[in-house]
Amino acid sequence: MHSPDAISHARLQHHFDTLEQQQQASTLGMWLFLATELLFFGGMFLAYTLYRAWYPDAWVAASHHLDVFWGAFNTVALILSSFTMAMAVHAAQTGSRQGQIVFLVLTMALGTVFLGVKAMEYADKFDHHLVPGPGFLFDDPRYARAAQIFFSVYFAMTGVHALHMVIGLGLLLWLLAGARRGTFTAEYNTPVEMVGLYWHFVDIIWIFLFPLLYLVGHH
Amino acid sequence: MVEHTQHVAPVRLYVVVFLALLVLTFLTVGVTYVDMGEYNLFVALGIAIFKASLVILYFMHARWSPRLVQIVMLTSLLFIGILASFSFADYLTRGLLGVPGR
Repeated sequence: MHSPDAISHARLQHHFDTLEQQQQASTLGMWLFLATELLFFGGMFLAYTLYRAWYPDAWVAASHHLDVFWGAFNTVALILSSFTMAMAVHAAQTGSRQGQIVFLVLTMALGTVFLGVKAMEYADKFDHHLVPGPGFLFDDPRYARAAQIFFSVYFAMTGVHALHMVIGLGLLLWLLAGARRGTFTAEYNTPVEMVGLYWHFVDIIWIFLFPLLYLVGHH
Repeated sequence: MVEHTQHVAPVRLYVVVFLALLVLTFLTVGVTYVDMGEYNLFVALGIAIFKASLVILYFMHARWSPRLVQIVMLTSLLFIGILASFSFADYLTRGLLGVPGR
């Protein structure tokens, strides 16, 4: 039963009374999903912490093989993309179709720049034999074994993070199609808001990965 | 009835948060060139936690979220705390007691 004051809207599902209630249910569900994501990444952060506690010197030596410039560059690209994502949500909330399109495209461009830099960094690691496996070579033989563990953790964490970015770009493309059709308005903008939460979460993971992987020890 | 007002934050706020994140990124790179021994890690983590808080509070609208959603956010941190503290209680204390015969 709809309550008497329910606002009829094409996007209102029959089991909700109002769009407001519908959006709050989505927000709650999204944060529950992000809680599971946090635990998923949490396991890897835990592995990182334990190995770092066991091999502190090797961690510093291995981390110095990562390029701080590109790590910082990508951090700036991601926080800028979080800003443009927040602006895309704002554009949806204020009913600006043009604003949504512009800021979604900017967010996707910045996400693509991030992945491009990541691909370049990965290629560099292959060139320098820093990919764990039979071909792994480390300049300091004392740390060879532990450095391989560092790079295993590096590829696992940045790889899963990059996978989240790729999924995020797919979601943004889906939003862009909706925004072009004028689906999202001041009344109905739940998908934009939810993808925004996901995108910001992925940004937060990188905010921790950057200092933990690139900035170990004193430079 | 649930109040029908979605909080719309001003653009100015988003710009300020972005600039703060930018400054903090340069700061976290800058402090790695200052040798503080083990404290480098804690400074880096402190800055990261502060940056994450800014993103959660303003970009993710946690400040204006319903109380129920805020409870879910804090509970997810509680679960991370359980994961970390129980694991550390094992791994980081293994060397504290001597094992007979080893």
